[in-house]
Formats: sequence, C-alpha cells, structure tokens
Amino acid sequence: MESLNLFIKSIFIDNMIFAYFLGMCSYLAVSKTVKTSMGLGLAVTFVLTITVPINYLLENYILKPGALSWLGEGFANVDLSFLSLILFIAVVASMVQLVEMVVEKYSPSLYASLGIFLPLIAVNCAILGGSLFMQQRAFDSVGTATVYGFGSGIGWLLAIVGIAAIREKLAYSNVPAPLKGIGITFIITGLMGIAFMSFLGIKL
Amino acid sequence: MKNKEILLGPLSKNNPVIVQVLGICSALAVTSKLEPSIVMAISVIAVVALANVVISLLRNTIPNSIRIIVQLVVVAALVIIVDQVLKAFAYDVSKQLSVFVGLIITNCIVMGRLEAFALSHGPWESFLDGIGNGIGYGLILVIVGFFRELLGSGTLLGFQVIPQALYDMGYANNGLMILPPMALIVVACIIWVHRSHNTELQEK
Repeated sequence: MESLNLFIKSIFIDNMIFAYFLGMCSYLAVSKTVKTSMGLGLAVTFVLTITVPINYLLENYILKPGALSWLGEGFANVDLSFLSLILFIAVVASMVQLVEMVVEKYSPSLYASLGIFLPLIAVNCAILGGSLFMQQRAFDSVGTATVYGFGSGIGWLLAIVGIAAIREKLAYSNVPAPLKGIGITFIITGLMGIAFMSFLGIKL
Repeated sequence: MKNKEILLGPLSKNNPVIVQVLGICSALAVTSKLEPSIVMAISVIAVVALANVVISLLRNTIPNSIRIIVQLVVVAALVIIVDQVLKAFAYDVSKQLSVFVGLIITNCIVMGRLEAFALSHGPWESFLDGIGNGIGYGLILVIVGFFRELLGSGTLLGFQVIPQALYDMGYANNGLMILPPMALIVVACIIWVHRSHNTELQEK
C-alpha cells in the first residue's frame, strides 16, 4: 500500500516536469511528434528504474556517513558523501551506455527508432534528478527506491506524450508570430503545470 | 570571430536560454526568489567558464569516443567544488537550491558549450565564451526572479519594496507567481518581447 501511494505520488504530485522542471531540454526538443516522444519516454522510464536503485545501494553502503561500517570498525567514521555527484553521474552514464549496447544487440529495430535520443539520456536532468531526490528523501528500502524511479519515469512519459499530442494539433492554430514554436510550448507547459497542481490537494 | 562578439553575442542574439533553449530546467526551478536566482547564476557562470577552459586545454588529448564521460567528470568535479563552497559560505541559499546545484552537471548549457565551442577553440576564447553564455543565462534568471519575487511576494532580496499604503488601497500579492508553472509563462513573455524586437529569430 505504501508503495502504491508513493507510485501515484511520484507520477502526479511530484511530477518531474510539472513540479520540478527536470528534463526540460529533451522535453522541448523531442516533443514534436507523439511517436518519438513515446520512445524517448519509455527509454527514460527504463533508465530511471535501473539507476535509482543502483544509486540507492551506492548511497547506503558506500557514501553515507558511517555507511562503510560493514568493512570493519576502522571505517565507521568515513564520510564520502561529497563524492556522491560524481559517482551518480558515472553510474548514469555507464548505465545508458550499457542499455544502448544491449538494445543494439538484441533489438536493432528499436535501436534504429530511438536513434540519437538514447545516448542523450545520459545528460537528461530527470535521470540525475531522480537519484538526487532519492538521496534527499532517504527512502527506507531498495524496493521503495525502485518504485520511486519507475513512478517518476512514468510521470515524465505522461508529460512528454501529452505535450506532443497538443503540439501536433497546434500546427493548425493561429499563434502570434513571436510566440510561434518555443514560446507557445512554454505557455502550454505552464498551463498543464497549473492543471497538475490540482493534484497537490490529494493526501496519500 | 572577434573576442568581443564571443563575449557579448550570448547576451541577446544568441542567448542560451531563450534562443538556443538550453538549461531550462534550472532556469525555472530556482527563480521564485531573486536571491537564489543570483546565486545560481554566479555558480553557473563559474562552472561554464572553468569547464570551458579545462576542456579546451585538454581538447587535443581526449579520444573522441569517450569525450562525453571525460566532460562529465570535469564538470562534476567543478560542481562539487561549487557545492562545497556554497555549503560553507551560503548555507541557507544552498538549502533552498537543494538538488539544483548538483543538477548543474546535467545543465545543457555546460555540455552544449563544451561540445560546440571548447572542443574546437583555444583556452582564452573558450573562457570568454563561457563567461558570455553564463551571463546570458544569469540575465534571464535574474529577470524572471525579479518579476516573480516582486509580483509574488512584494519583496526584493527579502526587503519589502511595495509600500504598505498600496496594500491599504486594496493591492494584493499575486500568489500564483510563486508557483512553479508561472516561471514558464514569465519566460514565454520574455521570449515574446525579445522575438518581437528581433524578427529574424521568429519561427515559421
């Protein structure tokens, strides 16, 4: 029940895009058609679901003050938390590389359809943001961390598919010239964000 | 290209946020008050300029295939320094910025400038480019932070600027401006004003 609450909370209330603006760069660049945004959203969800639990384990068994005590008494006072940024980004970059190689080997058609977006996930702020929020909120088990990663990914997927669908329709509307393209996308994202804020009242 | 053009171009015609659409995530999330916007702007200027210099010095020794990882490590190391400095000298602001200091690593401006400029230019030009782009980014942050704090809380840098007499006459703070989605709409307004003055930037 706890996990279900966290899952729904991370999709709607703590939505990566509408509540924290993470992963905006690829969100704005790739959301021109529903098909490509769906592919990118799935890839982001997948990478988030893998990297958040891995970084959770790193955080709790290596980085946190006193986390190294399983090595022996002498390590009980070691605090490596200043290394967390560099270690997290290394995990993210290598995971993305790994996913890319696996997908290329076993599903060349999916690899071709994702194209350049796959390697770009490494520098998507939503991925690193997921790990940093995990560190900040100090989840109690690796399962909870996985649920959080998966939920955040689904939330991101929902947002990018939604804006892509609106942008496809927007091609037919009459927008003031200076706002065309990126300007109107900002405004619509803002309005969607306000709509998502109505979930804030839900107590889970 | 002239050095002056490298330094001043990113301020308006080639602004990283509103023209190149890079680094949106952090530009929006930290701007509900003016003070964190200024601190964030200074941190990004420092990181972009130094990362540009380091990568530009290393550019002939980095193998092309692993350059993303090398760049990420350099940027992550610089961000850790910034993070530790902020924690030591501006602890309150560092708490307000929370994960967004760490997210400078995946700020697209940093990676974008490294890829597009530092890999092909000398250290001095790269330094100027980094400073220019950092200031261009900071400018937008400060404008957004200024309007959101002024209209949302009636204060600037924490000092009351809207006189009490105005409140007595029935003026009220616009609480909506503090909510995250309004950042997008303020940026959209900046884009609108900017592009109606620079018609060549308008999208078809």
